[in-house]
Order: sequence, then C-alpha cells, then structure tokens
Amino acid sequence: MTETKFEPNIVAFVCNWCSYGGADIAGSMRLKYPANVKLLRVMCSGRVDPEFIMEAFRRGADGVMVLGCHPKDCHYIEGNYKALKRFNMLRPLLDQFNIEQDRLYLDWVSASEGEKFARVAKEVNERITQLGPLNWKEVIGQHQSREV
Amino acid sequence: MSDKPKIGIYWCSSCGGCEEAIVDLNEAILDVVEAVDIVFWPVAMDFKYDDVRKLKDGELLASFINGGIRLSEQEEIVKLLRKKSQLVFAFGSCAVMGGVPGLANMNNRESIFKRVYKEIESNDNPENIVPQTEFKLEDKYELELPEFYDSVYPLDQIIQVDYYIPGCAPAPDTIKDAFTAILEGKLPEKGSVLSPTKSLCDTCPRKDTKPDKIEIEKFVEPHQYDKLDDDRCFLEAGIICMGPATRGGCGERCINANMPCRGCYGPPDDVKDQGLGMLSALASIIKPNKEEEIPKVIETLPDLIGPLYMYGLPSSILFRKKIK
Repeated sequence: MTETKFEPNIVAFVCNWCSYGGADIAGSMRLKYPANVKLLRVMCSGRVDPEFIMEAFRRGADGVMVLGCHPKDCHYIEGNYKALKRFNMLRPLLDQFNIEQDRLYLDWVSASEGEKFARVAKEVNERITQLGPLNWKEVIGQHQSREV
Repeated sequence: MSDKPKIGIYWCSSCGGCEEAIVDLNEAILDVVEAVDIVFWPVAMDFKYDDVRKLKDGELLASFINGGIRLSEQEEIVKLLRKKSQLVFAFGSCAVMGGVPGLANMNNRESIFKRVYKEIESNDNPENIVPQTEFKLEDKYELELPEFYDSVYPLDQIIQVDYYIPGCAPAPDTIKDAFTAILEGKLPEKGSVLSPTKSLCDTCPRKDTKPDKIEIEKFVEPHQYDKLDDDRCFLEAGIICMGPATRGGCGERCINANMPCRGCYGPPDDVKDQGLGMLSALASIIKPNKEEEIPKVIETLPDLIGPLYMYGLPSSILFRKKIK
C-alpha cells in the first residue's frame, strides 16, 4: 500500500473588508489555491480572539492563518494592529506549549490582491505540510492515563 | 445522630490552604457547625473512606472538594463523594482551574519523576527507585500506591461540579456567602461561580489612577520597578496585573498589599481561557504600532505561561504542554 500524503488542516480567519474580497478575487481570476485552507469570514482581523486560534489548534487544525487589511487600511481604523500585537504575543506562547511558531501565520491581503491570497495560501500550505500534523487531541489524549 | 444536614470536605492536589481558609472563618465556623454535621474531613477529623462508602447515595447535602486531580486515589474518592452528595462544590482555585499545582502540566510523569527522584542534588537514591503502583516483598506483602497521572485535572474534568468557589484561598466573605446561600436555599443556577462576574478592575482601589488609555513601552517585574506608588495602576506601570481577566470578589487582598493580581479567582463568566483573555488585554496596551517595534516590547516578557496561567493551565484551551 502506498503511504498517503499528509494533507494539513488549515483554518484561515479572513477579514470581511479586505482579505475575504481578496479570496473572492482569487476565485474570479480562477487562481488555484490548496483546498486545505478553510476560510472563516470575520468582520475584522481584530475580532480574532486568541481563544479562536487556540480552539482551532485544539480541535485539530495543523495551522492557523489570520489575514487582514494592510496597515492603515483597516475598516475599523486599527483592528489589524490589534491582530498584529496579539500575533506577536501568541508566537512565544505557542513556543512555550511546544507548538512550532510557524503554525500561526499573519499577513495582509487587500480586496484586490487575489494573486497574493493564492500565493500565501500555497506557501502556508507547503510550510505546514513540512511541519507535519500537530494532532493536539492526541497530545492531550496520550497523557490521559485515566479512564474517561 | 442528629438530623442536621451532613457535609463532607476533601482535599486532592492542593496545599492545605483551603482547609486553613475554612478554619479562618473564626467564630463564624461555629455557626456552620451548629447548622450542619461534618461527617468527613480527613485533614481535621478522624474518618475513614469506609465511613463514606457506608453512606446512602445522596445522603450528604454537599461536598466541598479542594485541589486538582493528580492521583488515581483522588479520582476514586471524588467519584465516591459525587455519588454520595446532592451538591458538589469545587472549592478553591486548584479544584476550579487546576491551580498552581496545575503548572505541572508543563511536564509529565516521566520528567517529574526523573527530576524529583533521580536528579535532585540532595537525593540519596543510588538504585533510581521511582514510585510504583504495585510492590511485592518476599511474596509475603503486596503493597499498593495510587497511580500518578501524567497531567493535573481540574475537578470538573473528572466529575460533574455543581458550584464553584474560587480563590487561593477563597476569601472568608466568599466562603461565608456560599454557606449562607446553601443554608438559606438561595443558591443560583447550577454551574455558577459563587463570586461576582465583573472583573477585579471594577472594584480595584486603584482604578482612579488608571488612565483612559494605557500605553506601555516595556513590561517590568514588580522588583524592577523602583518607584511603585501605593495608588498607581500596575498595568499602567508596565507590571502584569491579571485584574482585567479575573473576576472580583476577593476583597482586593493582593492589591491592598501592593502586589498585582495573579488571577486566582479565575476568568469572568464570558471568558473561557483566562490566560488568553489577559494576552488580548496586554496586546492592546502595547504602545508602538510599527511591525518591527512590537516584538521588542514583547521581548521584555521572558515568560508568558507563568504570569498568564499561574492558576489556570489545566483549564486552558490547550490544557498542557506537548512533551516531545
């Protein structure tokens, strides 16, 4: 039997005003991007609570992307700066939990950047594929010697 | 035996401070004893597990359990108490969230045993013996020890918990209010935390010095700060104070002693993960907006798990560190 190739599970939080538009344009332009990237539209990248990201990891995501408007372009003026600061704090926290920092990715994609969206999705997919599965359920499970 | 309602008090993975907190009720404990019979309290009185096994199911009005679950013995007894009790109260931060012993979820059984029984400099253990669950001596004696789990669990991950009394240790007023509510039948909805859900900042004696918008350029530890005024908001000074992500009701004991909040009362009702709630709050007070300057501010924080998860690691979303 041939070994099945690892297909990562990537959750992408995309902001309603820029990055979701960018993904939409990528579709209109018939650009290809990996189907492993699952889009979740939020109103703003600043709406992405760190709890959402950790919950995604806990429930089986191998990677999480947060895409928002370019700096100074935020529909809500500074939501993307909030996302940027949280991202910078989450990276060392992930490190302490022994999760590779590269599993979390933040970038800016405007509503016209269909090509950038497709490129970023491909790059992140490749990176996470290289890192391999995270499988947090197993991390919690393997230490549970008790019967539940 | 009298027909007063019966209660039980048990401890698991905890320091004993919660029992101390009950004794610290001072004369109010006499009112408690007047109203109820304590039929099980291993720390203070001589009862055996068999005394509990002999009780009818639901015979105890309430059990107060402090400490997280670390050993198979603790799991066995809390499951027994659950069966015998009408109400189970998670008493203190360790039972509610895992508490300080829950920081052991940054390790596992193997690494803890290695450090404690093999590496510690003052040990004299040439045969590298670590605790075993079973031991036979000359085929005559069979000895048993409880199993040491890989992780620490808050109580509600093991049994169903009806009410939560937070705090390390719970403040006397929190305990008194809880007892009064039980005895007068005025308990709120099941699953409630018996402390206000507003954040500590709401009742903080220093809230007047908190500016409308806090902006900091570096984080400092309390000892690195030489001009800490008695009335200055800790966050504004760059010291991590868990106030924004912690529920009030503790009486601001730490703040009044000129120490920042460490978060022992746990998150307010609408926050699931206290550490991440605080991380959000901290991120939003970082002053620089430039991409290259933000990491420099965060570098001034050498450790995040310690301040953010001092009490809540086992109840956090990720639960534990991945051991490679």
